[in-house]
Amino acid sequence: MKSVWRAIGTPVLASLIAIIIGGIIAAAIGYNPLQVYGSLISGAFGGAIPLGNTLAGSVPLILAGLGIAVAFRAGLFNIGAEGQYWIATVAAVWIGYHFKGMPGFLHLIFMLVVAMVVGGLWGGIIPGLLKAYRGAHEVITTMMLSYIGILFAQYCIEPGGPMLEKGYQPQSPAVAQNAWLGSIIPNSQLTWGFAIAIVAAVVVWWILFHTTFGFQLRAVGSNQFAARYAGMNVPLYTVLALGFSGVLAGLAGAVQMLSQDHRLTQSFSSGYGYTAIVVALLARNNPFGVILAGIFFSALSTGSQNMQLVSGIPQSLTDVLTGLIIFFVAAERLIPMALTWYRRRKSGRLQVSLPEGGRTDG
Amino acid sequence: MTHFLEVIDLKKHFPGVKANDGVNLTVKSGEVHAILGENGAGKSTLMNMIYGLYQPTSGQILLEGKQVEFSSPRDAIRSGIGMVHQHFMLIPALSVAENIVLGDEPGGIQYNRKEAVRRVQQISDQYKLQVDPTRRVADLSVGLQQRVEILKVLYRRAKLLILDEPTALLTPQETRELFEIVGHLKAEGIPIVFISHKLDEVREIADVVTVMRAGKTVETLPIGDATPQDLANLMVGRDVVLRVQKNPIQLGNKLLELRGIHVRDASRHERIRDLSLTVSEGEILGLAGIDGNGQSELVEAVAGLLPTTAGSIHLAGQDITRVRPFDRTELGIAYVPQDRQRDGLVLDFDLVENIILRDFHKSPYSKSGAINYRAARAYAERLIREFDVRPADADRKAGELSGGNQQKVILAREVSRDPRLLIAVQPTRGLDVGAIEGIHRQLLRLRDNGKGILLVSLELDEILSLSDRIAVIHDGRIVDIVDGDSATREQLGLLMTGVKSTAETRGERV
Repeated sequence: MKSVWRAIGTPVLASLIAIIIGGIIAAAIGYNPLQVYGSLISGAFGGAIPLGNTLAGSVPLILAGLGIAVAFRAGLFNIGAEGQYWIATVAAVWIGYHFKGMPGFLHLIFMLVVAMVVGGLWGGIIPGLLKAYRGAHEVITTMMLSYIGILFAQYCIEPGGPMLEKGYQPQSPAVAQNAWLGSIIPNSQLTWGFAIAIVAAVVVWWILFHTTFGFQLRAVGSNQFAARYAGMNVPLYTVLALGFSGVLAGLAGAVQMLSQDHRLTQSFSSGYGYTAIVVALLARNNPFGVILAGIFFSALSTGSQNMQLVSGIPQSLTDVLTGLIIFFVAAERLIPMALTWYRRRKSGRLQVSLPEGGRTDG
Repeated sequence: MTHFLEVIDLKKHFPGVKANDGVNLTVKSGEVHAILGENGAGKSTLMNMIYGLYQPTSGQILLEGKQVEFSSPRDAIRSGIGMVHQHFMLIPALSVAENIVLGDEPGGIQYNRKEAVRRVQQISDQYKLQVDPTRRVADLSVGLQQRVEILKVLYRRAKLLILDEPTALLTPQETRELFEIVGHLKAEGIPIVFISHKLDEVREIADVVTVMRAGKTVETLPIGDATPQDLANLMVGRDVVLRVQKNPIQLGNKLLELRGIHVRDASRHERIRDLSLTVSEGEILGLAGIDGNGQSELVEAVAGLLPTTAGSIHLAGQDITRVRPFDRTELGIAYVPQDRQRDGLVLDFDLVENIILRDFHKSPYSKSGAINYRAARAYAERLIREFDVRPADADRKAGELSGGNQQKVILAREVSRDPRLLIAVQPTRGLDVGAIEGIHRQLLRLRDNGKGILLVSLELDEILSLSDRIAVIHDGRIVDIVDGDSATREQLGLLMTGVKSTAETRGERV
């Protein structure tokens, strides 16, 4: 129990501090913090439909967040999840409307697998090989490839693009309807994609902590010298880890597409691949933490509309909250430091009653 | 002589641990006072309290007769306490003078570089430290960097100097130079607290020794009255065997053969030139040499971590020159690396994971890709017990263990794999008497079981007491191989400078 608290203590504390500061900001600009947060919470969790929408919004964050967490565990920084998400979806959508007439379940699996392979190639194998054998830093390569992926997807559905559905606003044809992911809560956006995300988290956890693959991935991530010494193939695991990371980002794209729009549209992502970095960070790369952090960030986003409607405060307060959380999680050492300072101050106060004899000047 | 520092019944309790539990210490002006104790005996806790890093649970610290309460090192420094830590806190890119005056620069708003250099030079001359204030710290050897740390303390007008395991990273020559400096400081009347677990050093340098064990000061005695055996027994709390007993050698077949190998280091410099060497079953071959003469490259080449550019490596007759490190491990090469925290352990992993670090892919620790943590844990717990790793808790992260216990974990892992050849680099560096004894016993047990051991050490005493044959390396070549029983320190010292092959000796190297 103690270790659980130690693991989640800092992220929870960071979020709480951010929420408190956010409340102070709200109060300072003339809003009632309790009302602001009350409306945020009721907008995110108040009732089956808001709850369903919050959970639905968490799906791409959880899946892409798992991917980023896997890369972090291997000591790698995959910041191109957004592009992997897009490019994998392009592939899945193409499969989805080209192979009509397949049994729905098989078609679904086909799309998910293709998306994972493409995401893995885009996010992992290419940057991984470049990193492992040419020393190109993965932050640069994943980011650059990410732009290529995003822009390529946009191009596909632009006027004149290869996947444009004629006569409509920029979008592709829909994928076969029998392969769509069905909804869990009627009238909400929540589909069986959420179950896929939960299963993925369990699988990632199991792979990381219970397989030789995960063992080597983590060993390479936390000390590549010792990994090399132990006979592990460090370059190979760099490639595999980034590949695994891309697979999950690709899965995020396909699941999101099959749950919501069922086609490629220009507004297909609202920066999930980037928010997922924060999700992984807040979760401290723990797969189960990723589920909680994904839901948390999704709640901020779904709740913010209601918050604006009810309390009148601009939605962008949630961006402030997100920023504060990132700050406090990234500066996690601030919290132990503050605790030490507080303790020292307390013990300093006790010392007042003791003789002051020793404070000689050097 | 007056009492400069007095510690009376000092206690420091952490939750669950009594790190210091009744420490008494008196340091007089102008004496070198050694604190001797095993790792975990509470030496560092004591020093951290004197230096203001920790606040005592109870007890008193008196400085020149007056009670002091330090709430931070800044208070301690202001009161004239200076401490040189085992790991230096210098900025490599800055000059010596800049490092020393940092935080206390001469001049007002504008930094007065000339004045800084002048003051540092003056202190260096006064205490015969022979440090050039204008050199960049990055260019200095470890020994010189340590003197910069000492200068830093003296610049802040320390009246008491605490040296925490100062010789841990030094070569024998540098150690001798440090002792001369300690002598000069003593002559200037500065009392020195010298923390160590090395008996020889303490006997050489100290006037008085206080022995600590399990958080308590056991005894304080003038150095003249103490034999090494007494001190060792006091430290460990039982009778210790200082000189290991070796059984007669039972030489087997040739095990490791290096035939004219050349090795380049990571920056493409040729560090091993045309080196040939043989280790047989049942022998300990000691490799002696001044640090940086190719020992690490030789060892990494045998382990497969650095490629050879020419020559060949054979294990039990099989050419392994092109065999991957992973497969060399499988062929029976075990390796205790020099840098245990960098290479030997994953500090974020717990002891279970560290103990199976090389065997995670094998039954029973894993089966078709899934790790069996139950089997791994049982194995780890057995090794922890057998090798007396403390604390005996398999869930601990390796990074939470003391250096000595980290080394025990590595040794346990490597030795228990039942290797044919064990490469041990500095296996007892930084360890205390009790732990060294245990590790030496393990090495000899392996030898007696017909394994081959390549022992690389900078400690001549270790080489001399364990080796059956001693190869001396200098500048990437084997200068000579001598018989372990008849070799002398002087003979080895001379060979280490390369005297047999070339007349010139190389300068100090890092």
